[in-house]
Amino acid sequence: MSLAEGVLRGDVRATAKLISLIENQPEAAVADLQELHPHTGNAHVVGITGSPGVGKSTLVDGLAKRWRKEERRVGIIAVDPNSPFSGGALLGDRVRMQDLATDPGVFIRSMGARGRLGGLARATHNVIRVLDSGGKDVILVETVGVGQSEVDIVQTADTVVVGLVPGMGDDIQTIKAGILETADVFAINKADRPNARGLEMELRTLFGWNQEEEEDRWIPPIEMTVATTGAGMDELKEAICDHWDHLKRTGELQHRRRERYEAELQSVVEDYWRKRFFDYWQREGHWERVVEQVLRKETDPFTAAQQLVVPFLDSEVGG
Amino acid sequence: MAEQPIRVLIAKPGLDGHDRGAKVLARALRDAGMEVVYTGLRQTPEQIAATATQEDVHVVGLSCLSGAHLELFPRVVQLLREQGADDIVVLGGGTIPAEDISALRELGVEEVFTPGTSMHEVVEFVRRRVHL
Repeated sequence: MSLAEGVLRGDVRATAKLISLIENQPEAAVADLQELHPHTGNAHVVGITGSPGVGKSTLVDGLAKRWRKEERRVGIIAVDPNSPFSGGALLGDRVRMQDLATDPGVFIRSMGARGRLGGLARATHNVIRVLDSGGKDVILVETVGVGQSEVDIVQTADTVVVGLVPGMGDDIQTIKAGILETADVFAINKADRPNARGLEMELRTLFGWNQEEEEDRWIPPIEMTVATTGAGMDELKEAICDHWDHLKRTGELQHRRRERYEAELQSVVEDYWRKRFFDYWQREGHWERVVEQVLRKETDPFTAAQQLVVPFLDSEVGG
Repeated sequence: MAEQPIRVLIAKPGLDGHDRGAKVLARALRDAGMEVVYTGLRQTPEQIAATATQEDVHVVGLSCLSGAHLELFPRVVQLLREQGADDIVVLGGGTIPAEDISALRELGVEEVFTPGTSMHEVVEFVRRRVHL
């Protein structure tokens, strides 16, 4: 039995093994991913992002429990950074999700970002593909604690929840142009702390609550939560579901998914050509010789590139 | 960075609230280039086995200072076998009397590390055992 068949039958071990294969040897996982692709597209992919310490894991835990109450099957992907020095990682998001560990309707996977800087691991979208085809209704993707520019989650999630906490003060100004713009829903977590309303007002001025209402224009709602007590969590979940309904009703979901597939196809094509190109020219040290020629000013990178690409395209490998 | 990092679950079964040793070990394994899943205190064997399977770790390190290791450690081994995850290596650590160690080994806990073991020793053991 292939791993993909196991995934489609809901086998936990096969699902876990295929995810490892995607992380470690992506080219060896292609056949399984091909098999799974037709079975994808049902899950609502929800990204949870925000600075370190806003309570992302606790928000994920609370949301997952609410979907479980409705017997929706939940997948969770929790990404943490790897050390740039040792390559190792401490993956601790499960500490806040202990009750979910033995629920057969929940599959949790911790991932190291493995050098990727956008807030997610390179393998994330294929891991979503696995959980989606395995029958999960909702997939929660928790990013690494992000600052200003880690916005890969937009390319990945249908709905992006940005978590904030009161007392960030002027910080909100500095992240205004980064992750704040990715929000479909805001969660002001730890809202029992002072100044939660102040933060809410600031967000309202920044994000279009003053503009005139247009039909079908989505204005990111702002939910007040205390994830540790559960306060506001039902409302947060409802806001996420409202966004999902909005995406489906307006056709925006198809639009976003089309863009996502186009970007994915582009990157798969690029990887494919890059590999064939370098395999072709790295035989017999040719590539090294061209680099030497550029170094000695016998040619320049632009001429050399042309002289490499044209014969490659005309060759049997390229043609 | 290693192509394929060793993945380890460090778990605290039972009711004792001492996770200092577990955390120090988790950091040592991370600094040795491994991906370490840490799940916090007071885990049941069921939670630990389910986590190890979902996370597809190579090794589970169980830390117990409550004295209940003879019940808890073999139970994790048994649950992993039931889930078809018997290729996951189970190691134990904590205040474990010498006379219990051979009993644990017989029940499928591959190695037991007691207080005084150096971090280096544990890291090397895991590397050798997983030999990726």
